[in-house]
Amino acid sequence: MRVDGKGLVNRDTEVTFKFNRTSYSGFKGDTMASALMANGVSLVGRSFKYHRPRGIMSDGSQEPNGLVELHRAGEITPNVRLTQQELHSGLDARAQNYWGSLNWDLLEANDLLSPFLSAGFYYKTFMWPKAFWEKLYEPIIRRAAGLGRLSMVSNAQYYEKAYAFCDVLVIGSGPAGIMAALTAARAGAEVILCEEDFRLGGRLNFESHEIAGMPGHAWATERLVELQAMDNVRVMRRTTVTGAYDGGTYGALERVSHHLADAGDAPVETFWRIAAKGCVYAAGAMERPVAFRNNDRPGVMMASAVRGYVNRFGVAPGKRVAIFGNNDNAFRTALDLADAGVRIAAYIDSRHDSSIEGGFPIYKGAQVTNIKGHKRVKAVSITGRGDVMADCLAVSGGWNPTVHLACHLGGRPQWNDAIAAFIPRPGMVPGMEVAGAAGGTFSTKGCLKSGIFRAKEVLKALGITARAPRMPEAEDGATNVTPLWSVPGKGRSWLDFQNDVTVKDVTLAARENMASVEHMKRYTTQGMAPDQGKNSNIGALAVLADATGRGIPETGTTTFRPPYMPVSIAAMGAYAQEEGFAPQRFTTSDQTTRKMGAPMIEAGLWYRPSYYPIEGETHWRQSCDREVAMVRSTVGVCDVSTLGKIDVQGPDAAAFLDFVYTNTFSTLKVGRVRYGLMLREDGHVMDDGTCARLAKEHFVVTTTTAAAGQVMRHLEFVRQCLRPELDVQLISATEQWAQFTVAGPESRELLNGLLDKPIDNESFPFMACGAVSVSGFKARLFRISFSGEHAYEIAVPARYGESLFNALLAAAEPLGGGAYGMEALNVMRIEKGFITHAEIHGRVTAFDIGMERMISAKKDCIGKTAATRPGLLGKNREQLVGLQPVGAVKEMNAGAFLFAPDDAPTRLSQQGYTTSVAFSPEQGMLALAFLRNGRARHGETLRLVDHVRQVQTFVVVTDPVFMDKTGGRARG
Amino acid sequence: MVDLVAKSPCAGLLPLTLGGLTLRELNYGAVFSVSPFKDKSADVSKALQKSLGAGLPDIGRVLAGASGEVIWTGQGQYFVRAVKLPKLPAAISDQSDGWACVTLEGKGALDVLARLCPLNLQAMKEGEVARSLIGHMTAIIILRSGGVDVMVFRSMAVTLVHGFERVMRSVHAQRGL
Repeated sequence: MRVDGKGLVNRDTEVTFKFNRTSYSGFKGDTMASALMANGVSLVGRSFKYHRPRGIMSDGSQEPNGLVELHRAGEITPNVRLTQQELHSGLDARAQNYWGSLNWDLLEANDLLSPFLSAGFYYKTFMWPKAFWEKLYEPIIRRAAGLGRLSMVSNAQYYEKAYAFCDVLVIGSGPAGIMAALTAARAGAEVILCEEDFRLGGRLNFESHEIAGMPGHAWATERLVELQAMDNVRVMRRTTVTGAYDGGTYGALERVSHHLADAGDAPVETFWRIAAKGCVYAAGAMERPVAFRNNDRPGVMMASAVRGYVNRFGVAPGKRVAIFGNNDNAFRTALDLADAGVRIAAYIDSRHDSSIEGGFPIYKGAQVTNIKGHKRVKAVSITGRGDVMADCLAVSGGWNPTVHLACHLGGRPQWNDAIAAFIPRPGMVPGMEVAGAAGGTFSTKGCLKSGIFRAKEVLKALGITARAPRMPEAEDGATNVTPLWSVPGKGRSWLDFQNDVTVKDVTLAARENMASVEHMKRYTTQGMAPDQGKNSNIGALAVLADATGRGIPETGTTTFRPPYMPVSIAAMGAYAQEEGFAPQRFTTSDQTTRKMGAPMIEAGLWYRPSYYPIEGETHWRQSCDREVAMVRSTVGVCDVSTLGKIDVQGPDAAAFLDFVYTNTFSTLKVGRVRYGLMLREDGHVMDDGTCARLAKEHFVVTTTTAAAGQVMRHLEFVRQCLRPELDVQLISATEQWAQFTVAGPESRELLNGLLDKPIDNESFPFMACGAVSVSGFKARLFRISFSGEHAYEIAVPARYGESLFNALLAAAEPLGGGAYGMEALNVMRIEKGFITHAEIHGRVTAFDIGMERMISAKKDCIGKTAATRPGLLGKNREQLVGLQPVGAVKEMNAGAFLFAPDDAPTRLSQQGYTTSVAFSPEQGMLALAFLRNGRARHGETLRLVDHVRQVQTFVVVTDPVFMDKTGGRARG
Repeated sequence: MVDLVAKSPCAGLLPLTLGGLTLRELNYGAVFSVSPFKDKSADVSKALQKSLGAGLPDIGRVLAGASGEVIWTGQGQYFVRAVKLPKLPAAISDQSDGWACVTLEGKGALDVLARLCPLNLQAMKEGEVARSLIGHMTAIIILRSGGVDVMVFRSMAVTLVHGFERVMRSVHAQRGL
């Protein structure tokens, strides 16, 4: 029901929206909660466990009942609070957590079963039979107890992450926050002011207080206009600071476009990381309910919210309102409602000594014992007075300072008897000062003063002197609260509305010795779910304190952890959806390769061609077989730019490499390349590759594609920490050079067609390297081979990469050659028994791969000592072997296990495993494997079993080198 | 004889203009990494000063000379933009082709970077450089008078441009909200 002449909504702009598929209208400036209330909608959701009807209870982000799903173009955002969601045209919100209809929820039957559904019910009941839990109980319980659904499609909405920096972060734009921001801003500090609401001003928008002789909200607007005009102030609305972290870092969630029908390219939300030198935490306080029978019926609301809806939105939550409070502050609701012309059915004050007076029935020293009505309050039962007809009850149990962020670094708040609430202790978050109601100062004047004082404290710590802004006139009343947590009596009294936890549940927990507040929380689920107990934590622990005979301070609070409010995972993981998960790295030949129709595979972050299909080929194996045959008979070209290249330079470069490689590099001649093996400190193989000596003090280390970063990091660690005395410098040159393998019997002929000066076997023997030129451009040539063929790698500055790749392909074609991909490369290296990270997977030693003799006896190297540990050598080790099928079944898979032919294929009898498998066009199926004492078992027949793919194959153990054992072809 | 044609890292991707913001590729020309050998920094600095008119800058700084520019890029490491380097007692590595270099110019450039980079660019001054991140990519970031230069590995040019484009669109859209 709208109240004329009240509220800050724009009554000239009507907005239509949908709730549960029914159209309604409200005004610009409304939340969904206020608009629904204006439309007389009081049932907005069903409770978590008992599916009881629920209505709006509060006016902010703490709302436990009004949770809805927002539907937009197939996307669903669950658990949106009606009290926060701004109205916009086309808004489509749907209630959640009901079966059938919101009005006739079938699962309300749970409410009748409540005697059986008390705290610990699940733990005690769903124990047997054991197998039923996963298949039956859990799915049913999850279906019944829900908090909104997801669309189950990948979220295509756009979210952002961002960083901000400031001298002073002010959290909250109420009277304390405004004064803090003004004090800091006028002193010249860089200020960020964050406000959770879409309207700045905090409680001033919800109250009828005057400041400096004008309405509080108008005063706030004037101050905020000034702040927004200052260059050193950033005002962030719709931004909830969600966590305080180490080093003055705060997390904040900005709801950028939830309030817009079409935000174009703007994100839904932005997750901010704010680095602040100091912080004034002025997050205010939250009014707390009182537990009494049926206190969760729609129409029972917080007293501050009842007057808040009148003052800010011009909406009366009821026609006949009763008010129940234990403090003077609740009386403001009566005054504001009377001013708005709303009938006050009763004022129930639990204090005998209250001094309030008014033109309506006032019951002092009385309590509300029950609510009559099911989907809406019909009457309020008052001790000794019977029932009073009312359609709304405003409740105030006092105020809890919002201490959350002040406690995020592990500090516990302290109990303050005067206000019967927990307040932060000083210094719980370094650099943070708590101002206003968050610190327990509830009067408007007190908040204004506190904002100034706390800002000055923060500024002082930053070495900034500030002058206090002029203090305006404002109310300075006391709350005068007498604690009242629950009204004794029959029936269930709700503490936690979101999780359906009652006073009985908490007392039961205490009886069952869940006496610690942390145990009680987990046993009853009180304080979990989206609101994290904002409304219920203090009430529940007070009831627990009473049940266990301890005081509230001794009982203590549960732990306050970030985030203060639910944060979308999509916002925290912004940019990382789909391909944004990691950067994509493309080679210079990428576009040519894709034009040729090559499917790409990922290698680290790089994309490399799998194979290059030609007309008529319908299966990858056809392309792969052709490419292998092509390289073996003529020439093939392959982009190997992705391999890591590290420039190692300096007077001690050779000594450095001797230390990181197992073998010796100081003896390598300039213009030569050597294969090298690097171990980890624990003696296992880290990486392998070639190292070329381009000059006396200049080497280029080649790493595998996947380990390039790891090796660079390792070398830097060795250089900076293990051998700082060595004069050596490192830098990655991976991206500088586009490098291509030219492999096959015709490789030299192909190159000589491109090089400015031809080479021959004498000037460029196997394992030679040096500078060459192509069309006058500098290039590097390495005669190395990963295919076993006569092969080279030619490198040019990356800008010429695409051009050179195209030229190499053009030159290969007349020779019967062409491009080859990773599949063919893999087949050829398996034929030659060359290892990759499939073999050196982190658990193998140089001994295992037959390279123990590469660990030089003449010098030390990383991993040398550890490699000789007992257990890392000898016949118990699984050693690298080759495998070929011997029976009718030829199929072999990588990852299969090896067994003696007659052994059962079980874990205990396994003797080894395969790492790489390929089909060699010349030799059929080949595999590389690790087999216990394998080198001594060549010729033995074993059974290969792939349990996953159901394959069993008899194989013979061979040498891992399947072709050209002497390496003659590479030297050719 | 083949005709090798040079192709820049962001060829076909840039320039990109949205609202008042422009992202364009920079041609940094020849870039060499220079890492002075032990106790040779002073000698290197002197030689560079003589040859380029700019010696080795302080940490996090760029020094421009008449015929070149010296950029601090890490512990004992500098990128020197110069056609020719004098003889130096330092490890020198050609890096001219290893980096995709772009610059973002226009009103709101820092708003865009605030969504991609954890640095406090507002606090950086012209001629300051930092190693940091752009999204998931390690980057060299230099504050210039007209905008911000960003260098990432050449192979990541597509990701770089894509990341910038999405955020530029977003910042442009948010301005109108």
